[in-house]
Amino acid sequence: MKRIIVCLKQAVDVSQLKIDPATRQLITAGAPRKISDFDKNALEEAIKIKEKLGGTEIFTLTVDSEDAKAVLREALAMGADKAYFVNDPAVQAVDTSGTAYILAQAVRKIGEFDLILGGDASLDSFSGLVGSRLTELLGLPQMSSVRKLSVEGDTIVAERALEDSSETVKAKMPAVVTVTREINQPRIPSLMMIMKASKKEIVKWALTDIGVQKEKITSKIEVLEVLAPKMERKKIIIKGETMQEIAEKLAKALIQEGVVGR
Amino acid sequence: MSIVSEHSGICVFSEAYDLTLEMLGRARELADKLQTELAAVQFGNNAQKKANDLIKYGADKVFLVDNPALERFQTEPYLSVLHNLAVRYRPEILMVGSTRNGKPLAARLATRLDAGCVPDCIKLSVDEDRRLIGERITYGGNAVAKVAFKSKPQIVTVPARAFEKATPQERKGEVVEVDVKIELPKVEVVERKPLETSSERVEEAEVIVSCGRGLEKKDDITLLKELAEVLGGQVGCSRPLVEDRKWFSEWIGLSGHKVKPKLYIASGVSGVIQHVAGIRDAKVIVAINKDPEAPIFEIADYGVVGNMYEVLPALKEALKKHLQ
Repeated sequence: MKRIIVCLKQAVDVSQLKIDPATRQLITAGAPRKISDFDKNALEEAIKIKEKLGGTEIFTLTVDSEDAKAVLREALAMGADKAYFVNDPAVQAVDTSGTAYILAQAVRKIGEFDLILGGDASLDSFSGLVGSRLTELLGLPQMSSVRKLSVEGDTIVAERALEDSSETVKAKMPAVVTVTREINQPRIPSLMMIMKASKKEIVKWALTDIGVQKEKITSKIEVLEVLAPKMERKKIIIKGETMQEIAEKLAKALIQEGVVGR
Repeated sequence: MSIVSEHSGICVFSEAYDLTLEMLGRARELADKLQTELAAVQFGNNAQKKANDLIKYGADKVFLVDNPALERFQTEPYLSVLHNLAVRYRPEILMVGSTRNGKPLAARLATRLDAGCVPDCIKLSVDEDRRLIGERITYGGNAVAKVAFKSKPQIVTVPARAFEKATPQERKGEVVEVDVKIELPKVEVVERKPLETSSERVEEAEVIVSCGRGLEKKDDITLLKELAEVLGGQVGCSRPLVEDRKWFSEWIGLSGHKVKPKLYIASGVSGVIQHVAGIRDAKVIVAINKDPEAPIFEIADYGVVGNMYEVLPALKEALKKHLQ
């Protein structure tokens, strides 16, 4: 295994998102960002492969309209060797088809590789389409929902988690693999690793550097609105002197709702 | 000179038959509104009967590709046939079941057709310009995005249980047997095995009693099981019990099972947004938590501030008395 490319998205940390209660709008401007969880698992898996096999280069690849240096430094500290960063304001308006096309162009520019790894979906938009679209553009074998991965010579073997079954699949490399969070526990880089990472290279590209034509990344969809859902619940707190009394009141309420018994 | 026809019609496909039926339910309504044809695609080996049934559930036309190579799901064979059909019949809307296999399939089909794709739509409608509008949960359950298409075909994926199957009825329709060239798979399936889980599926339960970090020991799940038994329901849990404590194999939440029971009892569940996104469609939510500030109370119909180890047995006894 000579080279692994890990696709990393800088995602909005959804656990720290604030919502404007009056408009139900999300306040994404200035919201904290981090490496999208699943992508971090993908990076961890790449590092594990490298540790096992040796002689593997790990490149990360990120596409963002905003700065992502902090996130890339973290990836380098974890163990990536080099970070590629396609940074262009035009990226802001792209949909999954545009993102996949940009990634494909960047992958072509990077050149040879054995494996592309990424998360099954991103933490914030949670579309889960980009890995598949990238696979299709590159014409490679694909394995998604992967929770176990191993390399046997020039073959990649994966265990996929499906709805009510699991399957073991294999394919000749190069291939695209997207992983779930079950696959591993990403490491936390040591201070030493963080110091070392500051010397590693971040290659920055604009869209023109990788031959992306603007008309190829026109969005095919239009987001009309993104609003916090209305959760209209009764929010009745049941109180009483004793637990028996509370339980009795709750049981009666549930029977009245018609959700228990026949 | 070649004649380029307009995109028209709705086409539905999932390798999961029940999901196909559910999608047909909503697609039928949309097809009536657009006054267009509704087609379904059926793959398989000896799938004639299934194809005929799709008409009863709302399809006007069924493209049947009866071929042993399509008996089980494999991406490239399935993709090549769907791509061929989409190019030949040019539907304006393509609905694909959002399973673990179906979503990559839809994304790759969209890429081959140079089309947009909106995944995991829980609502679908059409506007006055015949544009399809899909609604999906995003930002980890913090928001619902409403998305329209700017080009055709408009490809959406639909998760299980988002829509209701229609009542089957005798309808007129046509089964068209299609013979197309099938691509070879690029990935070899070495082994398939069922997941080691209970035979009952939590998504199908009418009542769910679930627990979160408040559960102190794995064996204490008995407490939940006893209450679930009285209610004819099932038990579930939130993600920390699977990922952190490794006690169970499946969880309820955005990244796990999304459920819509009549009654959901969350005990010792804090109510992080990702969990809430998985239970949003429950008819009634009951929250039991020691912490009166737990966010789960904000999204519950009934709340009890108390120790689940005391509340659950008391509730079981009270319900037992009433339900006998």
